[in-house]
Amino acid sequence: MPEGVTSAQAAALSGAAADKARRKRAYARHYWPFVVPAAVVVVAVIVFPWAFTLWMSLQEWQLGSGRSFVGLANYERLLTDARFHDSIWRTLYFTALAVIIPVVLGIAAAMAFNRKFPLRGLARTIFILPMMATPVAVALVWTMMFHPQLGVLNWILSQFGIPPSMWVYDQSTVIPTLVLVEVWHWTPLVMLLVLGGLASLPVDPYEAAKIDGATSWQAFRYITLPLLAPFIMVAVIIRTIDALKAFDTIYVITQGGPGTASETINIFLYLNAFAYYNMGYASAVVVVFFTLIIGLALLLLWSRERFKDNVR
Amino acid sequence: MKARPIRRWLHDLAFGLSVIALVSPAALVFLWMLSLALKTEIDNVAFPPVFIPNPPTLDNFRAVFERNDFLNQTLNSVIVSFSATGIALLVGVPAGYGIAKMRAHKAAVLILIARITPGLSYLIPLFLLFQWIGLTGTIWPIVITHLVLTVPIAVWVMIGFFEGLPAELEEAALVDGATIWQAFRHVALPLARPGITVATILAFIFSWNNFIFAMVLAGRETRTLPVAVNNMLTFEQISWGPLSAAALLVTLPVVVLTLVAQKQIVAGLTQGGVKGG
Repeated sequence: MPEGVTSAQAAALSGAAADKARRKRAYARHYWPFVVPAAVVVVAVIVFPWAFTLWMSLQEWQLGSGRSFVGLANYERLLTDARFHDSIWRTLYFTALAVIIPVVLGIAAAMAFNRKFPLRGLARTIFILPMMATPVAVALVWTMMFHPQLGVLNWILSQFGIPPSMWVYDQSTVIPTLVLVEVWHWTPLVMLLVLGGLASLPVDPYEAAKIDGATSWQAFRYITLPLLAPFIMVAVIIRTIDALKAFDTIYVITQGGPGTASETINIFLYLNAFAYYNMGYASAVVVVFFTLIIGLALLLLWSRERFKDNVR
Repeated sequence: MKARPIRRWLHDLAFGLSVIALVSPAALVFLWMLSLALKTEIDNVAFPPVFIPNPPTLDNFRAVFERNDFLNQTLNSVIVSFSATGIALLVGVPAGYGIAKMRAHKAAVLILIARITPGLSYLIPLFLLFQWIGLTGTIWPIVITHLVLTVPIAVWVMIGFFEGLPAELEEAALVDGATIWQAFRHVALPLARPGITVATILAFIFSWNNFIFAMVLAGRETRTLPVAVNNMLTFEQISWGPLSAAALLVTLPVVVLTLVAQKQIVAGLTQGGVKGG
């Protein structure tokens, strides 16, 4: 460090005459010591696990018994594991719903919160509370509300003359019900992202549209929505990643059940690792899962770029 | 002339109703949690449901504090969240500064990928590692794994913040003969206080709310609150009052924090989000 400092000082002294940009670049190199502590932590708890997972995925490794190198056998097993394939489709089904619904509702909510109305601050605070609340705590409350006989939700349905639902206790309704919790939980984040976008919109196009006699729906459809597109895409990407990774609420409410009806990739992964202690196989699942997440994220990023080009 | 105000009034009414429709799911779930926590067990399983506790009782809260080792678990949660947040700031604030100064955007991408990766994928290797070095059963594995959450968010928020600071003041300090460390310590750091506040709040909330790391790594004595509350469901299926009281107590600190520091939280999340894309 002392060496870096003195040369920085020297550069500062002689730099008065030197090109400013070059000086800045010369400075930049001296800032690496600031990053070292964080780099150590990141390597230890983030990069090391990645590398170790890759290596483990090539092992047959049942915790408690021995370990042996098996090459790609774990991946071959994944190719034929029907339970894994089901978990992928389930995850994609869950993700599709848990992206589209919060994004649509989040845009609507952002449009509402972008207007001025009495008690707006209070309403917005209440609206974003679900996002910050401890997932386990709210998942437990939802579990109680879903109770088929005693839950408050079936009572509400009965008030509208709708027959009771089995909610998370039936194979056909469990995923949509879990999506309901996810929508409740994460629509606020989409709202915040879109609201940030709305705040940055120019006023001129709206004035022009008003002069031309456009209805407010037309203004929304042909001005607001295209201008918001980049922000909406960001929300879609974040929602996609988070929905693929959803774990806490699913685990607390159903633990993958009934049967395997809500067993997403993450739950399948958890069971293999920490219920069956199949560390090698679980690591292979991690690698495939990670690839899937990165792949979908890149696909969405790529479509965003293309979308941008089309708009221009 | 007369039709206009009425139309306008109807329009406002429709708008008001839609705002209520948007906000009520959030409000009602929390109110129902409060209601369950303040009612007797008989009222909690009544059908049709009893909505207003009459009379409200604190027995459920008493039961939580008496039976479940709740204070010890609270202490665990406090230790874990404070340590993980503190370490994250200690390494994350300088790192954010260094990355912003060096314009090392590749390092930022690494942070981003860390955010994308599912928590479970860190857990398997670290679980084995902790077994080997014999840390299992202590609180340290939980603190260390929580760094996976807190360090990236702290670095991420601080990069954005330091990039937004004007460089002139530090440059002036350097020209006057300050070392880069002094320029950081006495010029940039005081200016960065709002950013540090945002990073602290978000890191704390992420750590406090986390369930999966402690669920796998905690022993009987080292359970954090989310794990403890989840265990209450498993063992006391129909005891809704104490369960809701415990759930309420767990989420109370973050709810209060959200009410108090809403501005910072929104700023941090939208910056992280918008830049995250």
